[in-house]
Amino acid sequence: MTTAAPTVEAPRPARWPVFGAVSLAALVATQVFSFLTSPPDQNMGQLEKILYVHVPAAWVMFVCFAIVLVYSLRFLWKGREDDDLLAAAAAEVGAIFNGLTLVLGMIWGKPAWGVWWVWDARLTSTLVLFLVFVGYLALRAFVEDPQRRGQWSAAVGILGALNVPIVWMSVTWWRTLHQMPSSMRSMAKIYWVGMFANFGAFLLVMAYFIRRRYDAACTVRAAEHASQAAALGGLD
Amino acid sequence: MVTSKSELAIEAQGVARRFGARWVLRGVSLQLEPGEIVGLLGANGSGKTTLLRIFGTLLKPTAGTALIYGHDVARETDAVRSELGFLAHTPGLYDDLTARENLKFGAMMLGLPAGNNLDAALERVGLGHVINERVRGFSAGMQRRLALARLLLRHARVLLLDEPYSNLDTAGIALMNEIITEAGNAGGAALVVLHELAPAAGVLDRTITIENGRVADSRPAPVPRLRPRTAERAAAGAGGGR
Amino acid sequence: MAFRDDVRRIRAIAWKDLTTERRSKAGFNSVAALGVTILVLFGFALGPDAQALRDAAAGALWLSALFAGVLAFNRSYQVELESGALDQLLQYPGPRWVIYVGKLIANSLFVGLMLIIVIAVGIALFQVSIPAAWPSLLGVFALGAVGLVVLGTFYAAMASRSRAREVLLPLLLFPMLVPVLLAAISASKALLVGDMMHEAGAWIKLLGAYDLIFFVATLWAFEYVIEV
Repeated sequence: MTTAAPTVEAPRPARWPVFGAVSLAALVATQVFSFLTSPPDQNMGQLEKILYVHVPAAWVMFVCFAIVLVYSLRFLWKGREDDDLLAAAAAEVGAIFNGLTLVLGMIWGKPAWGVWWVWDARLTSTLVLFLVFVGYLALRAFVEDPQRRGQWSAAVGILGALNVPIVWMSVTWWRTLHQMPSSMRSMAKIYWVGMFANFGAFLLVMAYFIRRRYDAACTVRAAEHASQAAALGGLD
Repeated sequence: MVTSKSELAIEAQGVARRFGARWVLRGVSLQLEPGEIVGLLGANGSGKTTLLRIFGTLLKPTAGTALIYGHDVARETDAVRSELGFLAHTPGLYDDLTARENLKFGAMMLGLPAGNNLDAALERVGLGHVINERVRGFSAGMQRRLALARLLLRHARVLLLDEPYSNLDTAGIALMNEIITEAGNAGGAALVVLHELAPAAGVLDRTITIENGRVADSRPAPVPRLRPRTAERAAAGAGGGR
Repeated sequence: MAFRDDVRRIRAIAWKDLTTERRSKAGFNSVAALGVTILVLFGFALGPDAQALRDAAAGALWLSALFAGVLAFNRSYQVELESGALDQLLQYPGPRWVIYVGKLIANSLFVGLMLIIVIAVGIALFQVSIPAAWPSLLGVFALGAVGLVVLGTFYAAMASRSRAREVLLPLLLFPMLVPVLLAAISASKALLVGDMMHEAGAWIKLLGAYDLIFFVATLWAFEYVIEV
């Protein structure tokens, strides 16, 4: 506490718009690539194409929540405000990809299983994870004090991340003990190439989203710090 | 530990605190020597209570440093807390516990030996007749006296008192002054938030006025503090009149 | 020495919470009454077919306990907030986790007692016959209750001090409790029909692991939650 307020600097404009454009281009390119290279699935036909969005979205969602975990821990450890802002940005982006995963899963499910929703282990634990992070974002919305908001949401984020494997395990047991196997089968190599290419593109998009969200949060905080400097200026 | 810092009982260096977009404290710097009793004045919303809560480890300053006997209130909370006696605006009692049970809880939390004579503290604050009654039925003044008894358990070297005279009758005010003066004479420091000077006449060394979140004024108390011998007599006189 | 002080502080907090709760019986009575009421409502939703009721008994029991328990957790901090007692509580020296453990003990007894009432009523209403393996069933209830109380007490420390405490606590708590609910309901269900598939053991292990992991995690994180 000997330093003046913890500093969050206003972001420099930099090259992020360019990065965003590149990410978008990469996303389009990998989508086109996998559409052209992947033969229609024996059972699913052209429906398997949705997996190139669905699966990378799910993976990216996990990456986001891993970022939340790491930066929440770091915030509690070091108390630097920008860590909290980054965790929050990752949680928001993660919740979006989480929602996308759910919706795409349902779109896949309708023709594949004939219903919009089955209590499949994957879908169900994704839904639970979504609810956990809705809670995280709601908590942030309900608390004004930045320090309190930071510490509380870090605790919620860490516990939430800790719960992911346990939820996954419990839901899987719950399903398998009551049969109804999941419908994912082993896939040919060519599918995996498209999958990983898309995952790479999704990661770029994710990085872009988080960065822009983080920048926006930093801009707000920097403006608040400027008001602090103005408020304290008279005496110091 | 023998730095120039630790010789001060209470010290603030550019303490600032924000709630949302509002700056309640805008850089307060002040120092209290051991043994010094200082009244903190200022209009409603000027930031007196916020400053007291920062010294009381209940709020962290947004900027600046606050020290109690050289210990940073934001980082060395445990060391600070073992020095403090904090009387908040609200009594902070448990309504469904009796007077003695409230003290017993405090004694246990402080790690005092079990044999500690709680009833003596209750007698001293004039609650000897309601030791086993629940706090729910107490008047505001009685609750404040009970909070004072709990404060006495701590043998604090720094007293932080937020409008300690509110709800107290004349005898209660005299008792409060007696306790503050005792602490000061024993080498402890006290920071007393006041909204009027009259009840604290003869108790304070100095007054500090906070205005708009800054120290606007610091001057000797209008009625100089009664020094040990006279203070004892005054206290005895007040006690006798009760 | 310091450890003995901490034990004393834990005892002080548990004693204070339980004494307060015992003297204002209205709190416990209304929470238990709510648990029973929810149970009755489940009966309307699922009954009156006896077999359907029996199949759904475990789920109804746990959900009733959960909904009623949520009220207990916020109450536990209500006492601290009413007259600024929390400010005083935080002023005492010593580690913060003792506050948490003290409240855990008090809340466990509170929720445990409520659970006993809800279970007793549930057994009667849902026409459940007590299985031979009732000690295991009791273990499941204990482990499930601990999981509920650990996270409930932890999240209520935040929710009770925020705006919108009524919404926030269930919103944070329920998704986190999905493993507890699944495990407790599945294990109870299995034990009630004689555990033919030997699946209760796995669930009990999961419950135990969950309780342990989150007890340690919340014990560590409590300071960051209460001290701000």
